[in-house]
Amino acid sequence: MEATELRPVLDTFERRPDVLISLLQAVQARLGYLPPEAIDAVARHARVPRSRVYGVASFYSQFRFNPVGRQRVAVCRGTACHVSGARLILEEAERTLGIHEGETTADREYSLETVACIGCCGLSPCLSVNGEVSAKLTPKKVRKQFRTVKKGAPE
Amino acid sequence: MSDERIRTVRVTLDGQTIEAAASATVLDVALANGVFIPHLCHHPDLRPAGACRLCFVDVDGRMVTACNAPVVEGATIRTNTDAVKTTVRGAVELLLVNHHRGAVDCEEGDACELRKIARFIGIDEVRLARFRRPEPAPPVDTSNPFFEYDPGICVLCGICVRTCDEVVGVSAIDFVRRGVHTTIGSAPGAKWMDSDCVSCGECVVRCPTGSLSMRDSEVPEREVRTTCTYCGCGCGIHLGVTGGRIVSARGVRENPSNEGRLCVKGRFGYGFVNAPDRLKKPLIRRDGVLVEASWDEALDLVAAKFTEHRGDAFAAIASAKLTNEENYVLQKFVRAVQGTNNVDHCARLCHSPTVAGLVQSLGSGAMTGTTKDLGDSRCILAIGTNTTAAHPIVALQVVRAVHQGGKLIVINPREVDLARHADLVLRNRAGSDVALLMGMMRVIVDEGLHDPAYIAARCDGFDEFRESLARFDAATVEELTGVPFAQVAAAARMYATNGPASILYAMGITQHTHGTDNVLAVSNLALLTGNVGRTSGGVNPLRGQSNVQGACDMGALPNVFPGYQRVDRPEVREKFERAWGARLDDMPGLTHLEILGGVTGGRIRAIYLVGENPALSEADANHARHAMEEVDFLVVQDIFLTESAEYADVVLPAATFAEKDGTFTNTERRVQRVRRAIDPVGDSRTDLWITSEIARRMGAAGFDHASAADVMDEIASLTPIYGGVTHERIEGSGIQWPCPDSSHAGTRTLHTERFPTASGRARFFALAYRAPDEEPDAEFPLVLTTERSLYHYHTSTMTRRVPGLEQLRGEELVEMHPRDAAALRVSSGDQVRVTSRRGEVVARALVTEVSPPGTISMTFHFHEAPTNVLTNAAFDPVAKIPETKVCAVRVEAVR
Repeated sequence: MEATELRPVLDTFERRPDVLISLLQAVQARLGYLPPEAIDAVARHARVPRSRVYGVASFYSQFRFNPVGRQRVAVCRGTACHVSGARLILEEAERTLGIHEGETTADREYSLETVACIGCCGLSPCLSVNGEVSAKLTPKKVRKQFRTVKKGAPE
Repeated sequence: MSDERIRTVRVTLDGQTIEAAASATVLDVALANGVFIPHLCHHPDLRPAGACRLCFVDVDGRMVTACNAPVVEGATIRTNTDAVKTTVRGAVELLLVNHHRGAVDCEEGDACELRKIARFIGIDEVRLARFRRPEPAPPVDTSNPFFEYDPGICVLCGICVRTCDEVVGVSAIDFVRRGVHTTIGSAPGAKWMDSDCVSCGECVVRCPTGSLSMRDSEVPEREVRTTCTYCGCGCGIHLGVTGGRIVSARGVRENPSNEGRLCVKGRFGYGFVNAPDRLKKPLIRRDGVLVEASWDEALDLVAAKFTEHRGDAFAAIASAKLTNEENYVLQKFVRAVQGTNNVDHCARLCHSPTVAGLVQSLGSGAMTGTTKDLGDSRCILAIGTNTTAAHPIVALQVVRAVHQGGKLIVINPREVDLARHADLVLRNRAGSDVALLMGMMRVIVDEGLHDPAYIAARCDGFDEFRESLARFDAATVEELTGVPFAQVAAAARMYATNGPASILYAMGITQHTHGTDNVLAVSNLALLTGNVGRTSGGVNPLRGQSNVQGACDMGALPNVFPGYQRVDRPEVREKFERAWGARLDDMPGLTHLEILGGVTGGRIRAIYLVGENPALSEADANHARHAMEEVDFLVVQDIFLTESAEYADVVLPAATFAEKDGTFTNTERRVQRVRRAIDPVGDSRTDLWITSEIARRMGAAGFDHASAADVMDEIASLTPIYGGVTHERIEGSGIQWPCPDSSHAGTRTLHTERFPTASGRARFFALAYRAPDEEPDAEFPLVLTTERSLYHYHTSTMTRRVPGLEQLRGEELVEMHPRDAAALRVSSGDQVRVTSRRGEVVARALVTEVSPPGTISMTFHFHEAPTNVLTNAAFDPVAKIPETKVCAVRVEAVR
């Protein structure tokens, strides 16, 4: 990705540090995530040190440094899911997909994240795939739901 | 009791009544009164952070962190209550157990402040061992060639992060992955070298635990305080010596120019001194080959040949790397012994327009202010200077000014690093500075933002100048500069309404065929707003080399004796004739380009080239190489066998700055001591000895100085601006000239009351725009501008002998805008051929928006890609500086 691809997005923002968060949002809206080249372009445009851009971006869960998969898996870590074993569900999802939370499989099929609460505590433990909730999970159900993805370097 | 300015308060500290400055913190007061309060994140150069939670004290019954608690009248401070002790002990224990390495396996020993604090409190580290973090320490980051980061012993005090931010202004590092796994870095998973780190090491010297530590560090046997040999910032350094080797360097905190700060070259760039390929023996060309010879043979040969070539067939090129004393003796040799004024040096290629221009307008061609005072400017206009790369320590003051709320305007075709801190960035077309500055001045005059009282009281020529502004209307300025006029007007208003305002400039202003006009435009702007003569204001040309100011001051110029006393003034000449006991030429001599150019017509037959490398540094370098090949007799005196030395008939091995006594004069006119740290390497000798010895062998008198201090006394007796300078007087923090006599303390700000012109007044100059000599056309469609890398110095004779610097930047890069790169189908890393009317060079491309569309840039540090074979030797009619900032080129991909 060359910085020129971002030019139309960058040019709608003033070259000032205080545009940083809106600029990051706009860049992510265009690219789906924030690759290093985009961070560099944002840093230069907003005249903010790169380290600060990372500092800000890594503070907010809305910003991603990896591309999302075609299937976005979100494991609920809310209180109800937690007490009914969300940790085991997350571990199983990680094992099955071969990636850690915040990563994407090499084929870009799956990305895995956690959310504070999906909002359907009656169905706990649960996860969602592209917004569709799978309920009352067990590690076995998780295994069945996802084909086992070969472990590879996450993108 | 208390002065208005220094208000004091009374506090009780552990039962003692103490008077303290009202601005002090509790920690300051305690430490100043011999009461130790544990602290890790406090550093006197940084704003208080209150982050490490170790400095808890009890103030009137409340527990506060001492480092960011101001003292208040009547407060009772207790550092040793039970509650304080328990709290601090707890905090220290938590830090210790969060540490991956304990007392047993940590190598830092007493270098570690945490260890000292634990011992002060009396903590049994062994008892704590079972609480220690169980997982293995993260790996040590060794990606930087000069230092390493060990997260295992990092206490996250943040001193490094704040140093990089507050002191250096780079902000390369921050806390990464905040939480239990926090480390210091630039991005999750990134190595230190992936960051924007400039390797200055300022964080390393402040790290309290040794988590950041120097690699290959050696504790020296002894240290010698001297002045750095690289750029004109003139930083004080302590060179560490073991045996005959330089093994370390650290900043001198007492030095007013750098206050202990150093850049990567100053701190890590001393390795060249002991490089194995230093010239250690004189060389004489025999049957076409340079072979070793004895000093007697070499000097006798040189003396005989120089005797043959007395008069105007002889020329010397002096060096801005030599001390003042050496330059003085060298120009004295040329004038008194050789009977010619043909002496010049590389200032011709960098700041001759400054000397020519500012002498006309202000009466003195030097920086009007002081480095430290720049930090207190309310507005800095940085034009044609890549300050962070070329003058890193001056750049720290720019950062300080910005942090204090001062405005920063950056004007440069390239988006130089300083732009990051700027309020306004104007990217003008290369070579359009006169139009841009005149456009700004027109706005200032039209809107009545100038200073009529100052102009009336102190300046001449305003009306004529004002008329010349008429030519610079909005449309013309926009067309010539390529900058929207609204930006020009905004810059004008910002500069004119925030005072004191300083202008910084460097090669971007001077290296043009209209360099003198550029300089005059700069001085017009400063005069117009009454900024010359004000502290933290003024006109500040940043001088490039460690002693380029001094080399000019010493008269290593064809038209002036030391102290800018003109050779064509009879009364001046008589003074020097009396002092030197010789008849002196009243005709100004040849300039740098004219000397090399003079070889072809047979006008110049012998050249004495000292400490300079025209084969790489001269515009149209092929022509310079040809001249050095052609000339009848070429003597090169240098520390290495440079590209130019390969053309020599005799090569004389000189000593480096670390091997001699003398003085350098830095960019802020500060004359500072250079001290011998080690004996000259091999059979090399100081330039002072060599030149004096040649003169003696030619039978000349007046070259028997007992020491460099002795030479300085002679300089002082003949040079009014150095009249009060002696080695003894500058022992401590140096003296800024003018210093007319031994009771004078030197001059911090020039022109506060009168200008050193005949009338005592400054002069405005009416100006017109002149285009660069060579503009892009169909055949050569791009503009090439030259620049510098932070990691190398000029032709990198010294820096490329430092492996770490070579690792940080090892090759030439042709920087170009993505649009130009796309048109040429070139990506970063591709080989490209750059061709001008004079030559061609092959190097890798770096695609970056730092370059504006249509303009590429290259450094001139690398002999493999000698950029100056491309540049244009067309020169400024007044200053005779070649136009190395603009030439037309063509770029092609090499497939």
